[in-house]
Amino acid sequence: MSDLILEVRDLVVDIPVATGMLHPVQSISFDVTRGETLCIVGESGCGKSLTSLAVMDLLPGTASRTASVLKLDDEDLQSAGERRMTDIRGNKMAMIFQEPMTSLNPAYTIGNQLEEALLRHKQVSGAEARERAIYLLEKVGITAAASRLTQYPHQLSGGLRQRVMIAMALMCGPDLIIADEPTTALDVTIQAQILHLLADLQKEFNMGMILITHDLGVVARVADRVAVMYAGQIVETGTAKQVFENPTHPYTQGLLECIPIPGKTERGAPLGSIPGIVPSLVGDLPGCHFADRCPHVMDACRSGQVDLRPSFEDGHVFRCLLTPDQSAANLKKGAA
Amino acid sequence: MLKYILKRLGVAFMVALTVSVITFSLIYVSGDPAVALAGEAASNDEIEHIRKSYGYDRPIPVQYMDWLGRALQGDLGRSHYLKEDISDVILTRLPNTLILAGCAIAFALILSIPLGVAAAIRPNSLIDRFALTLAVVGQALPSFWFALIMMFFLGIQLRWLPISRVETWQGFIMPSIALGYYVTPGVMRLTRAGMLEVLQSDYIRTAKAKGLRPMVVLFKHALRNAIIPVVSLAAVQFGFMLGGSIVIESIFAINGLGFLAWETIQRGDLPMMQAIVLVLSLFYIVITFLADMLNAFLDPRIRVT
Repeated sequence: MSDLILEVRDLVVDIPVATGMLHPVQSISFDVTRGETLCIVGESGCGKSLTSLAVMDLLPGTASRTASVLKLDDEDLQSAGERRMTDIRGNKMAMIFQEPMTSLNPAYTIGNQLEEALLRHKQVSGAEARERAIYLLEKVGITAAASRLTQYPHQLSGGLRQRVMIAMALMCGPDLIIADEPTTALDVTIQAQILHLLADLQKEFNMGMILITHDLGVVARVADRVAVMYAGQIVETGTAKQVFENPTHPYTQGLLECIPIPGKTERGAPLGSIPGIVPSLVGDLPGCHFADRCPHVMDACRSGQVDLRPSFEDGHVFRCLLTPDQSAANLKKGAA
Repeated sequence: MLKYILKRLGVAFMVALTVSVITFSLIYVSGDPAVALAGEAASNDEIEHIRKSYGYDRPIPVQYMDWLGRALQGDLGRSHYLKEDISDVILTRLPNTLILAGCAIAFALILSIPLGVAAAIRPNSLIDRFALTLAVVGQALPSFWFALIMMFFLGIQLRWLPISRVETWQGFIMPSIALGYYVTPGVMRLTRAGMLEVLQSDYIRTAKAKGLRPMVVLFKHALRNAIIPVVSLAAVQFGFMLGGSIVIESIFAINGLGFLAWETIQRGDLPMMQAIVLVLSLFYIVITFLADMLNAFLDPRIRVT
């Protein structure tokens, strides 16, 4: 089997709205290989959740998706019919959602909801499904796993429910796991636990993982590669090291400056922020999407389309008219 | 679960007790029952005699306890008008009403729940519009008019179904439809609204993300949650049907409890009225209790704490 699990080229999501066509995801391309964690980072509304739903083919009603390539394990997901997609979902790729409090069905026991995923996709007996459910509940750090199976979601805390959701996603041993802000709704203390858990499981089961988040702290801890999204586009992507050590897109630089660093950020100093708001994505938006908020904006930024260009190292690209050197110089100036 | 059942039983018992007090006091709401019984031309001595022989001279709490004690043993007294045991009269009339209301609610649920689900799956589709039209018509048509139209076409023109009496089971068809159709709009719209809401919920997205078959998502995961408020509504409607089938029973000449109630009011037969109100209320209480149990079964948040 090839190491490449997910291949996405030129993924576009369109949603018709009253005032025209909304383009929340505009020509996104990325790969996920086995054992790798790709973090998609961006602020609310940048299209990162829709990107993941588009891969799962779970977009809400009126939204439509197109791509030049959309392959999971070398299988074209675009030509797979809805019936084939139900065989793939939960089986070869699974998803963990942001809202653990509402993502489990209140009417059924944890055991029922865990086992049904496996019973749906694999030829196993009820007893085997139960065994697998207990095994995975223990894996995700739930004590007294066997007795949890008969409990209902409302009897569990948010952290426990998210652990159950993770176990559920792992039931069929998927190749790809998509976690859409899995820690956002949890207490800060629980967030770190869940994140470590996800990272450990991903290594242990050698899966590909897409982790969607707006939390750069999360990214720094678990990402192998990072894709920074802004207003429907990937503006910078590379390995975590490349992006964190040499951010070349002004938006990435701005994001990183927003993080207070203990010992470096002065007490009482104002926290960093990027002025301005995200542009509307209804209709066509010429030029660089970040132009209105960018501190280094030039006239040329607003005219033509801005393409991704290579940064210093291989595999590190960014969407800007500045050269990597100019960009790095800007960062130094800002820091000084 | 046991705690919940006991709690609901306790509530049911308290409601029944309250109903019995109110029902008992019906005797006194229209004035002195002895005067009413004796008639306009009666002398004071006659009134006094009636008061003594019916026991109306005793303190009211004693009368209540006596009445309640006998009612619990199935003795609801005698009808002043029919000169028969009230229990016997009610027992002969009750089955017709129970069958009618049962068929009517069954008809209503069988029609409205699938229609509500279908409408929710495809909002604004043809089937949704059809369901909406049916609901609007159902809400707007008086049931007696609808019954007459059915009688005219199915009974008189086509001669498919008997237009009155329920000697055969065919006789129940038109009255059940006429009575049940009236309930359809509410149940259908509640089912549709519930399904629409549930289908938007996060756990339905989870179910889809698991790759479950669309039918499993729809019926196992969505309908069970959407149906919970429908159960409560259907129970209330079933209760109304038991007592409120007067119009339909009159039109189709069905000797049921509703028709009996109407007759009894005409005659001013207070003990009979009292008994009918009591029996209907008890049915209502039982139905509500059963609906609570069904909801507890459907929704573990009610039964498991």
